Amino acid sequence: MGAGTETFYDVIRRQGITRRSFHKFCSLTATSLGLGPLAATRIANALETKPRVPVIWMHGLECTCCSESFIRSAHPLAKDAILSMISLDYDDTIMAAAGHQAEAILEETRAKYKGQYILAVEGNPPLNEDGMFCIDGGRPFVEKLKLMAEDAQAIIAWGACASWGCVQAAKPNPTQATPIDKVITNKPIIKVPGCPPIAEVMTGVVTFITTFGRLPELDRQGRPKMFYSQRIHDKCYRRPHFDAGQFVEEWDDEAARKGFCLYKMGCKGPTTYNACSTVRWNGGVSFPIQSGHGCIGCSEEGFWDKGGFYDRLTNIKQFGIEKNADQVGMAAAGVVGAAVVAHAAVTAAKRLATKRDDADHTK
Amino acid sequence: MAEGDLAAPDLGAIAADSHGERAVGRPTVYVYEAPVRICHWVNALAIIVLMITGYLIGSPLPSVAGEASEHFGMGYIRFAHFAAGQVLAVFFLARILWAFVGNHHSRQIFYIPVHRKQFWSEVLHEIRWYAFLEREPKMYVGHNPLAQTAMFTGFTLFVTFMICTGFALYSEGEGIDSWQHALFGWVFSIWPNSQDVHTWHHVGMWALVTFVTVHVYAAIREDIMSRQSIISSMISGERQFRDEV
Ligand code: HEM
Ligand code: HEM
Ligand code: SF4
Ligand code: SF4
Repeated sequence: MGAGTETFYDVIRRQGITRRSFHKFCSLTATSLGLGPLAATRIANALETKPRVPVIWMHGLECTCCSESFIRSAHPLAKDAILSMISLDYDDTIMAAAGHQAEAILEETRAKYKGQYILAVEGNPPLNEDGMFCIDGGRPFVEKLKLMAEDAQAIIAWGACASWGCVQAAKPNPTQATPIDKVITNKPIIKVPGCPPIAEVMTGVVTFITTFGRLPELDRQGRPKMFYSQRIHDKCYRRPHFDAGQFVEEWDDEAARKGFCLYKMGCKGPTTYNACSTVRWNGGVSFPIQSGHGCIGCSEEGFWDKGGFYDRLTNIKQFGIEKNADQVGMAAAGVVGAAVVAHAAVTAAKRLATKRDDADHTK
Repeated sequence: MAEGDLAAPDLGAIAADSHGERAVGRPTVYVYEAPVRICHWVNALAIIVLMITGYLIGSPLPSVAGEASEHFGMGYIRFAHFAAGQVLAVFFLARILWAFVGNHHSRQIFYIPVHRKQFWSEVLHEIRWYAFLEREPKMYVGHNPLAQTAMFTGFTLFVTFMICTGFALYSEGEGIDSWQHALFGWVFSIWPNSQDVHTWHHVGMWALVTFVTVHVYAAIREDIMSRQSIISSMISGERQFRDEV
């Protein structure tokens, strides 16, 4: 590990990366972050001169799909450069060190870079049974998380797990898996949801934070605006079919072959904030909707608990039964409608009776 | 008198009159001022359009064939929904503003006098009347207490809910820098996943369908049964007490 003055550029060069590739990486990152052309120089300058910001990457309850996505960042350099930089400090899944040696790095970083390092968390801590459902280095993960969060500058919550809870927090959530922002409340947290998040989004976020030394602009939910300010639906190439009212009605119909909108097949694009329809996946090759499958809303809160991935109207659980809005509503309206009719009938009958009564009296 | 301390004394006299000895002629009272009536019918129309188009947004019409550029069906339905939504918002707001300047009755649907014991005993009386347990309805110049309670929850609260969730959904299309998001984005702090906002907005529609059913039935029934005009009151603004013979 280098001294406190080592810059990113030093690390990158030590990894055998050419200066030319380094600049390519800077301009690509600037573009993917939606920054102006001048930003590439600023990024390059920052990486060359600023001391490297250490990143600690920890794993709670998760499936490692975020790491898998991350190391497949389309731009080869992003993976080489950033991953090497990060692994230099701590990532228990892909680092060289192991056991006590690895754990020692945590203590070292905490002491040496107090209030400076970035804590990147993949997965979340389960809180039930004092956190016994996720033991890491001989103690509950939640303890490790709290300890490392204490002296961190900021926290990156990777993926749906750390941001929202994801599948391990799906009902009935037996281990009480809890998203990071519900456990750590006194640190800036940036959510990068998705299951997994797109590789370029991840590297983009890391680069931004480490270069500029601050979090990018966040939305109301704590997600970086640059990647999460629009829905899949807003930039979906099938959107003209949506507006035209051209929908796939069944998986094997003509409309499916023609590539019509997947709205009726339960596409969650209209309610999902992510960059899939712009950045796409696997180096911009494709994304789910382009392959003919609707978005399942993997970057949204509680997406496992919203009923079927293939239903347009999703379920309501509050009434104890799993029904969608139309089933609940029509039942209620039906009952009330019937009650109104019955009430009207009784009213009419009563009225007739009273009239007869009155008539009898006057006789 | 049901209206309590705020009621104009002459109205009280007329209502009491129609209870006790038979009123001479047909007393009329000006209840619903023009702005109340205009807002009502504009809002009623807007709500009907919103229900139809909203349902079709949730469950769209059968797919059409051909080029996407030849059609804009879903687009028009959504446009109608959003346009009617803005109309509803504006006229609902106007209606609220009128409650400050209008007569006593214009304020009735915006509150429930929860602290008044007499109010609740009259609610009970109305429930008994609707359950066929009372022979005679009481006379009210404005809403009867049960209707006032129903109006407040059924319309004032629900329509507010629909406008808040509706504009929150609308802000998603307008972008997070829009004024709609600035004003209504807080809805997503309650339900971070906008799919839930869709669902509750949808449930809200059914709640309104239910209330409109009861509302229209009650209006027609009351018009016939309680010997005071309701339907024509909402057109001309005047309430007649038809208690002659
Ligand atoms: C037979 C037809 C109808 C009659 C006689 C009628 C009558 C009334 C009356 C007397 C009020 C009370 C107004 C107040 O106290 O301020 C009212 C309120 C209301 N009605 Fe109706 N109504 C009818 C149909 C409808 C329909 C079809 C809708 C909606 C689809 C509707 C929606 C409303 C709403 C939203 C309010 C509360 C807000 C306001 O005062 O504008 N009404 N109605
Ligand atoms: C009485 C009032 C209203 C009713 C009954 C109503 C009904 C509905 C329904 C049933 C849906 C479909 C929900 C779903 O399943 O996804 C919907 C969607 C929507 N409504 Fe409303 N709505 C009302 C008021 C409003 C207002 C005031 C606005 C604001 C402009 C609004 C904006 C929207 C938007 C933006 C959507 C989503 C459209 C889309 O996803 O393409 N609504 N509405
Ligand atoms: S396929 Fe999905 S995201 Fe694309 S336009 Fe249709 S509903 Fe929207
Ligand atoms: S298209 Fe939807 S479900 Fe698929 S990866 Fe993107 S956000 Fe997740």
